[in-house]
Amino acid sequence: MTAFHASPVVASIFSLIAIASLLLAFVMLGSRWMRHYLMAFAAQSWLIAILSASVGYIDRYPELYVIAILTALFRGLLLPYLLLRIVRRMNVEREIVPVLQPSSSLVIGAISVVFALAVAEHIGTSLDLSSKVVILALTVMLSMKLIGYLMLAARHEAVSQVLGLLVLENGIFLGTQILVPGMPMLLELVILFDLLIVVVCFGVLVRYLMGQVGSTSTLHLRRLVG
Amino acid sequence: MTGLFAIVLVAAPTLAVLAMLVAPRREFAEIVNLLASIVSFAASIALALTAPPHGVTFLSHYVIVDPLGAWIILCAAIVYLLASIYALGYMRTLDEDERLPRFYQLFATFALTIFIAPLMNNPGVYWIAIEMTTVVSTFLVAFEQAPEAIEAGWKYIIVVSAGITLALLGTVLFYWNGTFVLGPTYDMTWAILRHAAPRMNHPLLLLSFLLVLVGYGTKVGLAPMHTWLPDAHSEGPTPVSAMLSGALLNTAMVGIVRYLAVLHGAAMVALPGQILVAFGVVSLVVAALFIVRQRGVKRLMAYSSVEHMGIVALGFGFGGPLGVAGAMYHMLNHSLNKSLMFFGAGNAMRSYGAKAMARITSFARHFPVSGALWLAGAVAITGAPPFGLFASELTILRAGFAGIGLWAAIVMAVLLIVIFIGFLNHFRLMYHDGAEPDSAPAPVSRWCVAPMWLALVPLLIFGLWWPSGFWRDFQTVAHDIAGVPAVAARQQAQTTSPVVPRRPA
Repeated sequence: MTAFHASPVVASIFSLIAIASLLLAFVMLGSRWMRHYLMAFAAQSWLIAILSASVGYIDRYPELYVIAILTALFRGLLLPYLLLRIVRRMNVEREIVPVLQPSSSLVIGAISVVFALAVAEHIGTSLDLSSKVVILALTVMLSMKLIGYLMLAARHEAVSQVLGLLVLENGIFLGTQILVPGMPMLLELVILFDLLIVVVCFGVLVRYLMGQVGSTSTLHLRRLVG
Repeated sequence: MTGLFAIVLVAAPTLAVLAMLVAPRREFAEIVNLLASIVSFAASIALALTAPPHGVTFLSHYVIVDPLGAWIILCAAIVYLLASIYALGYMRTLDEDERLPRFYQLFATFALTIFIAPLMNNPGVYWIAIEMTTVVSTFLVAFEQAPEAIEAGWKYIIVVSAGITLALLGTVLFYWNGTFVLGPTYDMTWAILRHAAPRMNHPLLLLSFLLVLVGYGTKVGLAPMHTWLPDAHSEGPTPVSAMLSGALLNTAMVGIVRYLAVLHGAAMVALPGQILVAFGVVSLVVAALFIVRQRGVKRLMAYSSVEHMGIVALGFGFGGPLGVAGAMYHMLNHSLNKSLMFFGAGNAMRSYGAKAMARITSFARHFPVSGALWLAGAVAITGAPPFGLFASELTILRAGFAGIGLWAAIVMAVLLIVIFIGFLNHFRLMYHDGAEPDSAPAPVSRWCVAPMWLALVPLLIFGLWWPSGFWRDFQTVAHDIAGVPAVAARQQAQTTSPVVPRRPA
């Protein structure tokens, strides 16, 4: 709740982190090299970890330190490492045939940020929120959601689809830290854990894909129609 | 007592999985899984009988046993039992004998996750439980490891995980909305959300509900978020298809209904109902179109699931005592009937060695008994009397004509007729004495026919006789959703009698 009447310094730190995460989402959107993707994702996760820690320090929620450490370890190190291993094993360095050129996806991404801002403004007005940080957090949350869906739709490589899913969740996590820092810790812990399981499952499925379909591009998955 | 039954329900599949991990042998796994399904079926009946009208919570409010949850678990346990019997015959025909213990481990785990989700009282934990069902069932869908199965598994996990993150966003927004009333930290439960709902911000409440509806709607298979469903249902082994369709979809519907109740708590009744009705109508339209032009036998059943989930959504969307009762009764009947249909489709697929309906001919001549059972099931699933789905569909239609949804009820009636004609036409062709298949169809194991009897007989009984105990249960839930205290609900239930024709019309 303190985020609603935070001091200007605190507000600007939060804003800085939120905007930097959004920028990293654009980095992912505009690049087609898997390695850049993974690095941007890891950096985004570290930013979220820093955000958790600073919210924990300022609003005095000590449990957020634990969340911050786990976020950094899980999302910042373990998940990128697992995905990097898949990328290496599958020998897919970049998107071969993008549906959307990176430049056009950047433009669509920018449009979705404007849309997210409009929705967030609307919610802010209906809630009588004076704090710009909250509106910014909502905007970043919604636009990372939209960008994640864009990445899911416009990319074919199995690994980039998994990353798209992770961006969706990163957006929610980032928003959660600012909007509802007091959310019970159990929930956040289990969601982190859940994410790990999902990624491991994806790893297994990608191996199946490689073995049975002979490719990790979802363009080759077109047997089931109608 | 209720707590004990809940523990037995969850413990049976858990112990089965542990036992199968310790001793991964085929015969042992088959027996242990069957035992677990019988025990959890018994426990689910006891749970449905003893669930107190207002619900009772355990483990510092993380677990709730209420009539709605117990009903869904009952439906799921029936399907688990039938599918476990069926699996005894079916899974041996797959030539995957050394991997069967792994199958049964996953199968029992899947049942476990389905049982757990409706028991969750914290919307966040419920979300995690639903996510867990996806993770486990992906490997069941991909079990046969054919390229099609892998493709179906991949589509399933990507589409459903992406959809369900919307539900997570909705859950977070519900929590955020609650912080304006209850302070920054509180234990989120369905009851607390509902209690605080009148003082929450209403536009934000509606936005969160929409997010949750689309998120869990993906898992329920409401069109246009249904795209994973036909693939996953048709490519998984048949017992898994039955579980996905008859048990899993209902489990995700619980979340939507519980959030609907939260919005009713804020006196937002009409709009959420209409949105749910709209999704139901779209599902019916999509299902009707794809059923008429369908070529794959299991895909036909899968689109029929889209149709029936649309009907359930319509029932809850129309609301009121009739709508909720019809929707809940429909869930039970659909669980029974769709299991029967998938079992028949699985038998046909294995014995003719083909997924396409065009290659299945003269079915009744080759399989007089299971052919008759499957045909009766086909008549039942299209909503013809005297079977259970006729009673529930009629009740939902009545709710629509009585309430806000006149146009939707008319569309629903028309589409049901279209589906009736389209669906049974496929059966006409499959039963037609046409060209002989190249090789004689392989015989079907008795284990694959017995569960068809077990599904059809109750379906017929429920079509002719609507037990008054069910009716009381439904009324409690209906009043719980609408916000009328349960005591009044019980009194009203005693004065209201079931409004379904006792004889086929």
